[in-house]
Amino acid sequence: MHLDHSHDGPAAVSADAVRPDGRRRALRIGLGGPVGSGKTATVAALCHALRAELSLAVVTNDIYTREDAEFLLREAVLPTERITAVETGACPHTAIRDDISANLEAVEDLEDEVGPLDLILVESGGDNLTATFSKGLVDAQIFVIDVAGGDDIPRKGGPGVTTADLLVVNKTDLAPHVGSDLARMAADAKAQRAELPVIFQSLRSEEGVGPVAAWVREQYAAWTASA
Amino acid sequence: MSRAALLVLADGRFPAGGHAHSGGAEAAVKAGRVTGAASLEAFCRGRLHTSGLVAAALAAAAALGVDPAALDEAADARTPSPALRIAARRLGRQMMRAARATWPHPELDALARRFPKGAHQPVVLGLTARAAGLAAEDAAYCSAYEGISGPATATVRLLSLDPFDATAVLARLVPDLDRVAREAVAAARRAAEEGPEALPAASAPLLEIGAEAHAAWPVRLFAS
Repeated sequence: MHLDHSHDGPAAVSADAVRPDGRRRALRIGLGGPVGSGKTATVAALCHALRAELSLAVVTNDIYTREDAEFLLREAVLPTERITAVETGACPHTAIRDDISANLEAVEDLEDEVGPLDLILVESGGDNLTATFSKGLVDAQIFVIDVAGGDDIPRKGGPGVTTADLLVVNKTDLAPHVGSDLARMAADAKAQRAELPVIFQSLRSEEGVGPVAAWVREQYAAWTASA
Repeated sequence: MSRAALLVLADGRFPAGGHAHSGGAEAAVKAGRVTGAASLEAFCRGRLHTSGLVAAALAAAAALGVDPAALDEAADARTPSPALRIAARRLGRQMMRAARATWPHPELDALARRFPKGAHQPVVLGLTARAAGLAAEDAAYCSAYEGISGPATATVRLLSLDPFDATAVLARLVPDLDRVAREAVAAARRAAEEGPEALPAASAPLLEIGAEAHAAWPVRLFAS
């Protein structure tokens, strides 16, 4: 909740849809989830899939290095100036939920410096199952888990699994090797999330990030339509 | 003035970006200068009487209504390390966002327009206190306290220090906090009469050197 709606100055306040120059800001989508579940790989694949049709940028929240940002740079998914790393003081969930100021600064600077942008992906540092993004920072959030992290994660629930706008169960190609039961994961996710969508993904399959990219396109269409 | 407004502003959970900064503690831990509660206390006492006093005086002066642009220049002149100037402006920008959302005020808007990438944090903090209807003393206390509570919290994370010990360190520094806040307000009142030259210019060379080294590390937990 913000008391000031006049914004007679340079910085907009968190969730405002309009930038100080009167243009509509970019749609912001957050990606969170445990360490190693494939958040950065999903971001890279989304950039490949969407960069021809949307003006894109990425904010990473590494815990103590710049490795995620450097991975994206090395993969050359976007030009260097479109990727920003935020430092989180050992608490990635604080930077995306309780005190979002550094991340807001990063998204605003990206819009100032490489805009106009259509979509900004904000990737959380790998964290626990309770990490969720503030609505002041992102418009929608994706929670990424993987089959190798244990097929009981959907049953255990937690804010990420239960409330994220999209749940991605990643690395389905590994399921037979780690003994994960995909049908059980799907049933548990359905029980936790009711009508909220779940996508089972293997970036090594031919379909790859396609279904998640399609979901992002839907979010963007809805964002543009609500202008 | 409202005592309750001071609690809101001084709360460590006030969302102004401080959680990602260690106030020099990460560099001091790595250099072996902070290894436990006793050395944390010495570190905080040193910080409080040097950069802490300067920051508290800047905040108090801004709360009194001294021209914030002149105070920002005074802050630059009192911060030799470029890394610390960058950190102070970044934190100032983040404090500004939180301030404008919580205590909207035309003077905050004016400062945000003048420094779109951030003025020095103590100046913004002082002006925020002013916007909240707080006094110079409140701004000085707030600034001095966060100058030591930040490193104490960071050290809990960096050394797995017992959080009770870290909080006891802060409690033992209360008499120092009172003294520094008093000195800061006296200096701010002089600055209101005579100009920002009257502000203290105490410095802590090891904090400046440590900040420069820290900014070049490839792997670190905190932004400064």
